[in-house]
Amino acid sequence: MSDKKLIEIDNLEFSFNTYGGEVQAVRGVSFEVKEGEIVGIVGESGCGKSVTAQCLMKLNPEPPGFFKDGSIKYKGEEIITKSERQMRKIRGLEIGFVFQDPMTSLNPTMKIGKQIEEIFIERKMYSRSQMKEKAMEILKTVGISDSETRYNQYPHELSGGMKQRVMIAIALVAEPSVVIADEPTTSLDVTIEAQILDLLRKLKEDLGKSVILITHDLGVIAKLCDRVLVMYGGKIVERGTVDEIFYETRHPYTSGLLSSIAGLDKKRDDELSPILGTPPDLFSPPIGCPFAARCEHAMEICIEELPKEYKISEGHSTLCWLEHEQAPNVKLKAKSYEESDLL
Amino acid sequence: MKKYIIKRVFISLITILVLVSVVFALVRLIPGDPFASEKMTPEIKANLERYYGFDKPLIVQYFTYLKNLVTGNLGYSMFYPNLRVNDIIASAFPYSFDLGMRALSMAISFGLILGIVAALNRGKVLDFTCVLIAIIGTSMPDFIIGATLQYFFGIKWGLLPVAQYKGISYTILPSIALGFYTLALVSRVMRANMIETIQQDYIKTAKSKGISKLRVIIKHQIRNAIMPVITILGPIVAALLTGTFVIESIFAIPGMGRHYVQSIQNLDYTIILGMTVFYGSFLVVANMIVDLLYGIVDPRIRVSGE
Repeated sequence: MSDKKLIEIDNLEFSFNTYGGEVQAVRGVSFEVKEGEIVGIVGESGCGKSVTAQCLMKLNPEPPGFFKDGSIKYKGEEIITKSERQMRKIRGLEIGFVFQDPMTSLNPTMKIGKQIEEIFIERKMYSRSQMKEKAMEILKTVGISDSETRYNQYPHELSGGMKQRVMIAIALVAEPSVVIADEPTTSLDVTIEAQILDLLRKLKEDLGKSVILITHDLGVIAKLCDRVLVMYGGKIVERGTVDEIFYETRHPYTSGLLSSIAGLDKKRDDELSPILGTPPDLFSPPIGCPFAARCEHAMEICIEELPKEYKISEGHSTLCWLEHEQAPNVKLKAKSYEESDLL
Repeated sequence: MKKYIIKRVFISLITILVLVSVVFALVRLIPGDPFASEKMTPEIKANLERYYGFDKPLIVQYFTYLKNLVTGNLGYSMFYPNLRVNDIIASAFPYSFDLGMRALSMAISFGLILGIVAALNRGKVLDFTCVLIAIIGTSMPDFIIGATLQYFFGIKWGLLPVAQYKGISYTILPSIALGFYTLALVSRVMRANMIETIQQDYIKTAKSKGISKLRVIIKHQIRNAIMPVITILGPIVAALLTGTFVIESIFAIPGMGRHYVQSIQNLDYTIILGMTVFYGSFLVVANMIVDLLYGIVDPRIRVSGE
């Protein structure tokens, strides 16, 4: 891992215009991705993690979506102001995207090989035989044996895990510097999940790629990521290294997420403790902390005013009033180090 | 694939056999007598009945008909005793077929274009225009469209011939009148599919590869949106071929429609049967071709196994 910043996002705000009004999906998100690191974005459905990721490639439909504020810099270049034509130079070549649902994310009427090669076809980068060579090579890299047969097959002839591998192959074939994986294992069974995660780790370790991994599965985060961003209600509520997030939890939401996972360390009679309530309505997000309504430690100030980002240590920060000097001293539940290998 | 085609042909033959049997029975159930006339004497009538084999039991007549059918002989007309049904079809069908095919190709090509243009400009003026055309097409009966076209293009502006079928310029108005409903139908289905397809996940995948917008539309969106249109092609072919009856009479085209209507009025058993069998077989074949077409467009339903 080097210190070279590939992606710098500053105060990103992205909204959608709908019949019901403006949905503020992303409300001021800032983070950066360095070369060769795996950054995890975790949060429940509708917290804005997929929208944030798709903003990086301008894949959100505009309209109804629109950038409200902020900037996204890729290798120092601003993304938001780029035209569709300019974006084509970045999509696929610089940033690869692995979508959540491999069942519906492949074109059912196009052969696998063709879908992988497509990235090169209009760019005239390679000859026909070179393109095929590239496709076969990447199929092998993602662990698809019998690539000659697979090359000529259609998506419906492949299993779910295979399809996800093909999705990863599509994202990787042009050797982008960053790969965004949006819940790449959600629709897969655990064995396949392990294989796919292994593949993602190899991307970083063997090929030196940066990976942005979006998931709601903390187990996946723990296995793979260097740094974690916890998102809630369109904001990043806590950020830090995996160890900091898991063992030195400083935000009640993160703590809630951790105690709601089933684990081998739990006793038979232990009940899982879910986070009560539902995420805030992003049509009219609360003025205060988005999590206040569900937070067991909520104070008056939490509802009235948004907390600032409190720095705990270099790289670890939280968006919570509990860090204020006047706040009561609350011990948040975190994982203990003894449980670490059980996650 | 071969096995599938053989199976389909076999099923088609059975369909036609059932069709022949049912129509054979139904025609005979129509009250009346093909030879009924004021001048008819019992001797002549008996002669005619012997000539057409009506003196034999019905079941014998049925099998005789089937036997002739296999050799491709549809028999003689009863109203015009010297005319063979085969000859009537041979002289009339080319007109109907020509008209039907022109209407079909016009309806499909313009229908698809209209649907695609509408979907790509969703919510804009162009979209509303296309939808308006589709609504007019689906709600106006073809004889009104035909008469309106005749009035404006034929009589008022004198641009195109009003009736008959003697050259390219004669074919334009009847093809439009005949195909307009289908055009509207195709454009509606295509528009709806295009709008549905654009929301599919694989469109986003395609975009994420950085390929051009045009390629996304053609290779990913249209290719997948066109499937359901092919599904309705079978009924469309049927509608255009049977629909020719009305249009043919409005535009005085010497096609099959005229004979069909007259033969029922005249109780001309052999023509009714012959034409039904001919049309029936034609539609069965058309549907079979459409079924095979699905497989070419959508690999998921391509029939497996040699």
